Amino acid sequence: MDNIAGRKSSLTWAVNASVVVLVVLWLLPTVGLFVSSFRTGDQIATSGWWKALFPSEQNLTLRAAGPEAQVEENGLYVIEGTFFEEGATPEISTWGTSSRDIGIYEPGDTGEFRDGSTITLSADGSYRMESAEPFEGSRGPRVFVTAQTPPELTLENYRNLLFDPNNVDGMSRAFLSTLTVTIPATVIPILVAAFAAYALAWMDFKGRALLIACVVGLLVVPLQLALIPLLKLHLAIGIGKGYLGVWLAHTGFGLPMAIYLLRNYMAGLPRDIIENARVDGATEYQIFIRIILPLSFPALASFAIFQFLWTWNDLLVAKVFLIDATGQTTVMTAKIVELMGTRGGNWEILATAAFVSISVPLLVFFLMQKYLVRGLLAGSVK
Amino acid sequence: MNPVFQGIITIVVGVTGCIAYFYLSNLILDRVLFPARGPHAGRNINRANLWRPWLFMFPAIFALSLYLAYPVFETLRLSLTQRVPGGGYEWVGLSNYIRMGQDAKFWEAIINNMLWLLIVPAASTAFGLIAAQLTDRIRWGGLAKSLIFMPMAISFVGAAVIWKLVYDARPIELEQIGILNAVYLGLGGAEPQTWLTIPFWNNIFLMIVLIWIQTGFAMVILSAALRGIPEETVEAAIVDGANGWQIFFKIQVPQIRSTILVVWTTITIIVLKIFDIVFAMTNGQWGTQVLANYMYDKLFVARDWGMGSASAMVIMLLVLPILVWNVRNARREMR
Repeated sequence: MDNIAGRKSSLTWAVNASVVVLVVLWLLPTVGLFVSSFRTGDQIATSGWWKALFPSEQNLTLRAAGPEAQVEENGLYVIEGTFFEEGATPEISTWGTSSRDIGIYEPGDTGEFRDGSTITLSADGSYRMESAEPFEGSRGPRVFVTAQTPPELTLENYRNLLFDPNNVDGMSRAFLSTLTVTIPATVIPILVAAFAAYALAWMDFKGRALLIACVVGLLVVPLQLALIPLLKLHLAIGIGKGYLGVWLAHTGFGLPMAIYLLRNYMAGLPRDIIENARVDGATEYQIFIRIILPLSFPALASFAIFQFLWTWNDLLVAKVFLIDATGQTTVMTAKIVELMGTRGGNWEILATAAFVSISVPLLVFFLMQKYLVRGLLAGSVK
Repeated sequence: MNPVFQGIITIVVGVTGCIAYFYLSNLILDRVLFPARGPHAGRNINRANLWRPWLFMFPAIFALSLYLAYPVFETLRLSLTQRVPGGGYEWVGLSNYIRMGQDAKFWEAIINNMLWLLIVPAASTAFGLIAAQLTDRIRWGGLAKSLIFMPMAISFVGAAVIWKLVYDARPIELEQIGILNAVYLGLGGAEPQTWLTIPFWNNIFLMIVLIWIQTGFAMVILSAALRGIPEETVEAAIVDGANGWQIFFKIQVPQIRSTILVVWTTITIIVLKIFDIVFAMTNGQWGTQVLANYMYDKLFVARDWGMGSASAMVIMLLVLPILVWNVRNARREMR
């Protein structure tokens, strides 16, 4: 269609624009969570994440230093200090000394508190309070400030969630649990499936077609059906609810896909190579290990990625087969669901936890996209 | 023992176990049972080759039967029984199904699942087709594709968190932090909506999450199919004066019909099993129950294994037509 004369330029423009819209729509939700994971809880709660990249106007309630900081100067009692830490650069636009009138003073003005003491506040947040009487009470007075705060992104959330050993919401243990579930559950089915796929692709025996049909059928059996019978089985033979059970379950559930993908790929390998090897006296075992396995690397990689993503992202299997009252073995997905219940409003925790769990699959996705696409095409298009 | 070491040991034991099994079983077959020498060498080789496929397939067949085939029948059996207080099971016939039929939540789940089945595969395939058609014509199409495809790598739970932030609602006097409400108010909406509690529409908002994930999958596969169309057919249509719409709907779409069907059924299967999104976002409240979550409720919250198994069988029943269709297709290709 590209070569319809005279329409190309306007069409190309429209196509580009629609793809931009599509990509932005698809990216926006993820970006929102990603940006949020770098903001403090206060920031997330007071403004939308899309404002995080621009300076924002915020109303802050600040408390000046208490009476213990006062010094006597020429009969006046003085407290000096600053509201903002060194290096931070919010700019105060207006301020006030009472919650009913938060914008009556400009920076540099001198305001008055109800007890008669005065305060002078400059734009950078440094202040000087003066009073004829000594300051009393245990806390300093409140000042209400409207300030332009620059965008501020922090790694604090990640530090808290990953490296603080005392944090009950910490994700480091869950991260390890997920890793412990995922790696064996990815590696074991590949080997088992590869041998079976070779037999189904290149060995002639009665019932081969029927077996392949069975694999295709099992491909779509919902794993929901397997939960109760397998849980009963695991409890009966003493595996219980632990890592071993999850590994076995993931292996079983991943096998149909593995066999199907690998068989399709192996069946497409050139017949000559295998027959030559047979004529040369290679045993089937040697043919498989020396020829078929290396040649099937792309298919093995595709399946490995699938299985990795699937086991890493799984919630149901882990929830059923891997339960531990102490929470030692909770995987990240289960932990996040837990946090959604207990910390529903604390977006800084939720967003960061979610991103810790998402980051690994995303990395795998962007590094290995070629194999993933290839596997998808082999697995579904015929 | 540290679970990480446990994991490493499992990998080592599992992998060496697998290799040892295959290596030794082949060795025994060739050297001990049917040695390829002596008076019966020829007959032995044939016999060994008769046995070998089953050696290769035994672990897989064993695991498949135990982890997928057996549970189907066991679930069927469990759905016809009931736990007796004090242990054991008794045969109760169809009473689990009848009890389920009287449960309003079950029908809510069925109706919602049907809605999901109608909307999600259709929308994902349509968006995927549009995205494929558009991205194939621009220079940065590859990048656009991988960005649209990206949600595929995100877990349903992760997606649930992502979209919960999108749907977040706060009282009107506070600033909105959910982008949907911010846009809604920006466009003149009267007050912020708690999207996930609006009856009926909350189902749609949950579906959007899955559509967002599955569109990339549909796009990748349909794009490959579109590129596989012989160019002559499109060129011939242009020569005959067809316009863009005609080329798309009358030339291209019919040629990739079988691929569209495959994408549609694949997403349909995913929809039938959908659990995580509903579980994490609403847990079936506010009229958003679906079958898989209903089943989870019955199995692990209500601890009613009979009814849980019965609802699992309903999912199986819904999957069955696709299963049969897939198997028939596969058999046709093999011939």
